[in-house]
Amino acid sequence: MIGMDERDKMFEKIVSDLTRHIRINTGFLVWIGFLTVSLIVCLYAYSLQLKHGLGVTGLRDYVSWGLYIATFVFFVATSLIGMLISAVIGLIGMKWVTPITRIAETIAVAFAAVAGLVIIMDMGRPERLAYVFLYGRFQSPILWDVTVVITYFVLSLLLLFLPMIGDMAVIRSKVSTLPKWLKPVYKILSLNWTNAPEQNRIIARCIRILLILIIPAALAIHTVTSWLFAMTVRPGWDSTIFGPYFVTGAFVAGSAAVIIVMFILQKNYKLHDYIYDLHFNNMGKVLALVSLVYLYFNINEFIVPGYKMKEGEAYHLHQLLAGKDAFLFWFVQIGCLVIPILLMLFRRFRKPVPITVISVAVFFGAWLKRYIIVVPTQEHPFLPIQHVPHNFMVYTPTLTEILITLAPFTMVLIIITLISKFFPVIPLCETARERDIENLKIE
Amino acid sequence: MEEDHVEKSQDGSEDKKSTSRRDFLKNLGLAGAGALTGAAALYTGHLVESKKEMSGESKVLLTQDGKLVEVDSLEMKVVEKTGVELLQSEGREGIPGRRWVLVVDLAHCRNARMCVLACQEAHQLRPEQYHVNTLQMQDTPGTAPYHMPKHCQHCDNPPCVSVCPVDATYKRQDGIVLIDNIRCIGCRFCMAACPFSARIFQWTEPRDASRYAGMPYNVELNIPQKLGTISKCLFSADRLREGKLPYCVSACPNGVYYFGDENEDAVTNGTTKETVRLSKLLRDNGGYQLMTELGTKPRIYYLPPKNRIFPFESPVENRPEKS
Repeated sequence: MIGMDERDKMFEKIVSDLTRHIRINTGFLVWIGFLTVSLIVCLYAYSLQLKHGLGVTGLRDYVSWGLYIATFVFFVATSLIGMLISAVIGLIGMKWVTPITRIAETIAVAFAAVAGLVIIMDMGRPERLAYVFLYGRFQSPILWDVTVVITYFVLSLLLLFLPMIGDMAVIRSKVSTLPKWLKPVYKILSLNWTNAPEQNRIIARCIRILLILIIPAALAIHTVTSWLFAMTVRPGWDSTIFGPYFVTGAFVAGSAAVIIVMFILQKNYKLHDYIYDLHFNNMGKVLALVSLVYLYFNINEFIVPGYKMKEGEAYHLHQLLAGKDAFLFWFVQIGCLVIPILLMLFRRFRKPVPITVISVAVFFGAWLKRYIIVVPTQEHPFLPIQHVPHNFMVYTPTLTEILITLAPFTMVLIIITLISKFFPVIPLCETARERDIENLKIE
Repeated sequence: MEEDHVEKSQDGSEDKKSTSRRDFLKNLGLAGAGALTGAAALYTGHLVESKKEMSGESKVLLTQDGKLVEVDSLEMKVVEKTGVELLQSEGREGIPGRRWVLVVDLAHCRNARMCVLACQEAHQLRPEQYHVNTLQMQDTPGTAPYHMPKHCQHCDNPPCVSVCPVDATYKRQDGIVLIDNIRCIGCRFCMAACPFSARIFQWTEPRDASRYAGMPYNVELNIPQKLGTISKCLFSADRLREGKLPYCVSACPNGVYYFGDENEDAVTNGTTKETVRLSKLLRDNGGYQLMTELGTKPRIYYLPPKNRIFPFESPVENRPEKS
């Protein structure tokens, strides 16, 4: 049994460890300044697109969806990790995920929020966005997508916010480095939380309901996103397994993202007492597992049509496996899926540094994979492409288009930076509670 | 005064008196209202009578905000829709009783591409933008190559219409699938969904945009074309409304196209102007449709390229990977 004083001391240490980084320092200003300038450059590129139309991109009549849609799918995919970590693993009762749940939720919120903007970037007439709500037809998978993306974003935001209410009350009363103008913000956000049992009971109940609700919402969001393709008859998209294929692919991208963010925050904010080898090891196992499931779906997705070789599919597969797109295809399948799986089977590759390197490869490969899913199918329509300029036949992204595509990545980095800078990266109250400290003193 | 009165009433001392005063006022009010109603009735009667003098009859009509009004038939005027509003309502509805159909006789097509030019001229398209494009086809290495004009198939089960999130592209009662570029948000889902690659997008400012600026938008012609929206073959819906054949059909020098109404079972050749039975034409020549296995139910029929009346010239650049 630990004495009262000792518990107070432990709590003080937790608070100081987890809130140490909540102050405005030079490093932060330089980083956020860099991101802001990058974003401005990207937004300038977007202003060119607004002015001159989508003609500034490499998109033309045959390949009419390119980098933007691939990035949209990638963002929706990455955001799914919030559900896997907090809901699935958390509800099973595995305590080791507690320190990384907030990282996962932050990623979910950032990517889900920006995914909505990516889709607007792709619109020919973005000023008519409201038409989707004014004249929406529910037969269109786009309407389903809009509905579930908004739902998932709101649920994720609540799942990020609710466990943070107590943390913000603690920060307000205990953190001395806090800039003055921020104090009222935390006061409002902490909703007068005083660690009363009734308050904690309500919050715990809400979180539990959200954790259950977010599972179908997350499955829906990415299944529907896959249906944007699978609901067409085109070779390469006309597949019945696109739903689960996309969902497992999403967990691969998301797990890799969590490992990368975990690594950076652990080093930057000196969180070695809270995020350590165990977490990298376990997340490595999670990534290996979801990658194996994804590999299984990949085998299905290519071997089944490849065995039958129907005319349209045959041409598409030939280009993918041995033709124009073969290098990209095998680079992603071997370099970013098979080799990482093999490496992750060994414990020493699940140490922080190697697993982070592997995750970077997997994360980048996951984006390339979306490109492979979106673009080549459109280069292989049923009827021949004739009497058009060469850039109609082969899609090559332009520099403007690449810059515009970087905008959402910059936005995600800004959101993740701000959330992890101004709030505890690791759930503070929950960590204290798990270490048997119940009576947190809040003034 | 009123306060006084209320207080007294509450006392109960002057209850009777105040009650009788109230009754009196009420009666007076009733009488007044009655008089007014009577006067109004008389006046209305007078109005009706005087109107009768005008025409001898009046009609009860329902206004747009749901009120019933009586209007003299002489004073009634038909309000005609004009400009874009008219074009939009006509264009959404289609031509009642018709089921338009196109027959393409591949045996006659020698890739003159006059249909392509006429179409691009009519619809403000650049040379690389096609509502109709002639493709050089060869189904298998052992079969003979042939030219195939490819339009939007105006499917009866159109995948493009299903996926459109804002009802910008739609199917009309006369079978035509149209695109409304006032509504289109430019998501290009319809392009992804179309197995015939029939749709194009205005990636840049449309051809001669300044020349067409200020024209009322005609959805049956899709002009003026608009940056950031979709365009596609319209079966020349504007020409059909005038009782004329589509631009491509009229422009063909080789008698490739027959256009007509499935309900009448009659199609007219654009070159010879000869009208024939649709069912007999298809039966005698082995008419078929494209990719019926996809279930989109196209409205265009093709007659097979047998006994071609011209030699096949060297093939054009196909998919870059194949050539």
